[in-house]
Amino acid sequence: MGLLSDPVRRRALARLVLRLNAPLCVLSYLAGIAWFLALAFPPLTQRTYMSENAMGSTMVEEQFAGGDRARAFARDFAAHRRKSGALPVAWLERTMRSVGLEVYTQSFSRKLPFPDETHERYMVSGTNVYGILRAPRAASTESLVLTVPCGSDSTNSQAVGLLLALAAHFRGQIYWAKDIIFLVTEYDLLGTEAWLEAYHDVNVTGMQSSPLQGRAGAIQAAVALELSSDMVTSLDVAVEGLNGQLPNLDLLNLFQTFCQKGGLLCTLQGKPQDWTSLDGPLQGLQMLLLMVLRQASGRPHGSHGLFLRYRVEALTLRGINSFRQYKYDLVAVGKALEGMFRKLNHLLERLHQSFFLYLLPALSRFVSIGLYMPAAGFLLLVLGLKALELWMQLHEAGVGLEEPRGSPGPSAQGVGLASLVAPLLISQAMGLALYVLPVLGQHVAAQHFPVAEAEAVVLTLLAIYAAGLALPHNTHRVVSTQAPDRGWMALKLVALIYLALQLGCIALTNFSLGFLLAATMVPTAALAKPHGSRTLYAALLVLTSPAATLFGSLFLWRELQEAPLSLAEGWQLFLAALAQGVLEHHTYGALLFPLLSLGLYPCWLLFWNVLFWK
Amino acid sequence: MAVSHCFSRAASAFTAVLLFSFGCVAASHIEDQAEQFFRSGHTNNWAVLVCTSRFWFNYRHVANTLSVYRSVKRLGIPDSHIVLMLADDMACNPRNPKPATVFSHKNMELNVYGDDVEVDYRSYEVTVENFLRVLTGRIPPSTPRSKRLLSDDRSNILIYMTGHGGNGFLKFQDSEEITNIELADAFEQMWQKRRYNELLFIIDTCQGASMYERFYSPNIMALASSQVGEDSLSHQPDPAIGVHLMDRYTFYVLEFLEEINPASQTNMNDLFQVCPKSLCVSTPGHRTDLFQRDPKNVLITDFFGSVRKVEITTETINLQQDSEIMESSYKEDQMDEELMEPLKYAEQLPVAQIIHQKPKLKDWHPPGGFILGLWALIIMVFFKTYGIKHMKFIF
Repeated sequence: MGLLSDPVRRRALARLVLRLNAPLCVLSYLAGIAWFLALAFPPLTQRTYMSENAMGSTMVEEQFAGGDRARAFARDFAAHRRKSGALPVAWLERTMRSVGLEVYTQSFSRKLPFPDETHERYMVSGTNVYGILRAPRAASTESLVLTVPCGSDSTNSQAVGLLLALAAHFRGQIYWAKDIIFLVTEYDLLGTEAWLEAYHDVNVTGMQSSPLQGRAGAIQAAVALELSSDMVTSLDVAVEGLNGQLPNLDLLNLFQTFCQKGGLLCTLQGKPQDWTSLDGPLQGLQMLLLMVLRQASGRPHGSHGLFLRYRVEALTLRGINSFRQYKYDLVAVGKALEGMFRKLNHLLERLHQSFFLYLLPALSRFVSIGLYMPAAGFLLLVLGLKALELWMQLHEAGVGLEEPRGSPGPSAQGVGLASLVAPLLISQAMGLALYVLPVLGQHVAAQHFPVAEAEAVVLTLLAIYAAGLALPHNTHRVVSTQAPDRGWMALKLVALIYLALQLGCIALTNFSLGFLLAATMVPTAALAKPHGSRTLYAALLVLTSPAATLFGSLFLWRELQEAPLSLAEGWQLFLAALAQGVLEHHTYGALLFPLLSLGLYPCWLLFWNVLFWK
Repeated sequence: MAVSHCFSRAASAFTAVLLFSFGCVAASHIEDQAEQFFRSGHTNNWAVLVCTSRFWFNYRHVANTLSVYRSVKRLGIPDSHIVLMLADDMACNPRNPKPATVFSHKNMELNVYGDDVEVDYRSYEVTVENFLRVLTGRIPPSTPRSKRLLSDDRSNILIYMTGHGGNGFLKFQDSEEITNIELADAFEQMWQKRRYNELLFIIDTCQGASMYERFYSPNIMALASSQVGEDSLSHQPDPAIGVHLMDRYTFYVLEFLEEINPASQTNMNDLFQVCPKSLCVSTPGHRTDLFQRDPKNVLITDFFGSVRKVEITTETINLQQDSEIMESSYKEDQMDEELMEPLKYAEQLPVAQIIHQKPKLKDWHPPGGFILGLWALIIMVFFKTYGIKHMKFIF
């Protein structure tokens, strides 16, 4: 007889699994964490290299020399902006036309679900201005985008000046094979989203935007530029985009080659690179954790994040002016951009040769998905092992019961299933309430309580979340007490499988989010059971709930950036993060809020129910 | 009186003899010159120049081919005798900052595109099928004359190929390859159809020497830019244009050819010395075992130029020697005669004796890794299901 069909052998196997399960789980979890920490170090990291042959090894001579012109444009722009208070559309149109571009504008408007306290916006209506430089000898089938997002808080006028000077320089060259779009957006990311939706003729976020009059072909790559002053000491690059999407690594390699060529200081996550070697193994780990936290948050960290949804590879470059001695002027930045665009001009296909999924412990080192996935795999293995153990225990119990009674096996199973449906439905309903109620009920809350709408939303969120903690006491009054003593095992089994499925799916698209949630939720989910010290397990479970993970990761993030938070500040930041999360879901389609509220919170509530099983 | 008559007769006889011998010497001098006239055995020259790669970053392959085209035209081969195949248009590529030019030297010293380029096969017409059809002459009747290789048995053909290649193949246009065996078979077809007198094959790709390894037809000389296992490297990038302009081997060949004029007597041995390893990084190779004449007697202009030999003479030259050969070549028992002159076609070269085409013995490796694992798994499952104790019922 085979291994699994022979009952004697199967029982022996079951006993083996049950005996070894606990050490295996612990080992697997530790292996997952250790693997993740080892990702920052040499055998698992590789040096970056340019994979696209068309953007190969040849360097191009940059001839941009329009530094003064850029500064003049920037001054004019800043003056007009101060005068009008919003984006000086007419001036921009005039200037772009004088430089030689085809100019178009686009107006958009949006009423945010509730006022945005950090950016001080509620009803937003603005205008985007963009100019197209047509390729002199090619059909307008492909294009590149240089975009400067202008919000009301950061004027970004130096970047607008550089954009106009670059446009003037590019217009004088005849070697462009793709059209170049120079885009200036109002209300930074909102404007960019409006423009992108109109360009690709979709409507995913409910933005009302006027259709675009001028188009330039499929966008191959985009660069977003943010400059705070006309002298920069370093250029910071941001890669993480909306929902943790990343641009093709070749774009980052391209940027890095031009940094090296121009001798610019280029930083990732705001920390400078040591070009010779990874200075200190801890810095690699620090950068890796910062990237993981940023990717897990699913926020678009710059205009580029919104381009990625349309599979347009994009980067954001931020010029930082710190207290270093050596400064670069606009000409150096302009030359780097000119070189990048010239190289991108050589592309024949979309960037696809290099990696789409990677982690960056340093600007010149990466970890590919094949090497970092096992970490998540080990963590999810714990859930699988625990589920297997529970299944075997249930079947042993089922088999043990069957022998004396003989028949009511199916009915025992049937009762088990029925008693599972109630907790599942109630948890899911709570999740739905968490998703829908805060935004729906904000006006009601603002009427009855002396709070602003944004605060109302956040407080409703927290209230519903905490109300979920009281569930088990209430549901037991509703559900009949037919639930057998071992019913919690079945519930836990279902919850474990549900959690494993969700975390697995999340880890595939956004590894950082999946890993972070797995690292916190998996141990307590595996340990949850109604026997033993309930208070300890309850405390652990609360500490590893999704909200607490968010709270903790804020502290970790600030700690890694060497700007630690106090508890009060952390709480304020946490509330702001909650509001931003809900807002971004509604305005850009970020998925963190629905995932946590509709997916992970109900799952966590199931474990809470298991813990308080009577 | 008789004595003086004798003496005058002797004198006239002597002068006659002198004149005759002088004439003989002169005549033999003329005949030597006539010998030199037919030294090479060819009467016309053809060139087939092929660039097989497209895309802007393969600019250098087009520049390679155009430089050879330029040299060959300069040395006298007319466009009607050149079949130029370029897989992409670099001069009019929108990325070219200097439209209508293709440069071979940095700082734009030499524009090899010129103003009278005639490209016969362009863009997507450069395929393996078209190339082989051109070589073998199996062309549909509607093909224009400029696209045909109308060579005969007195033509010397130069074939130059460049692009991306590997061990035993050359890539055409990112979608197909030609193997060295196909090429050797095409040349054999050409030989059997009397489509060439002598052939010079030059290839500038990575591992180029693998392309001439399989040739087995007579009168072929081959040069390659690198040996098997080596890469051919590009020469110099031009930062203004943004691409590499030429490959090293062809760059130095072009420099060498720029010094050749139609009257130069430089021979093939000099061409073999072009681009030593110090300049080229790869090791150029050549193959002359199929060629009848000694390379030092082969002029560069025999292949790269179309030299019309014209000698004005007032002497009469006796060409009997040739007709003897013509008669004797039809004799039956010529099978094992020593070869006399490189003018006969039939049974000229005892190919089997010269060429040793033994297939390469592949080393036997024990089955590794995956295969072993797979078989181990199969055997384990087999034993598990049937159990060892059952084996004795089977065996």
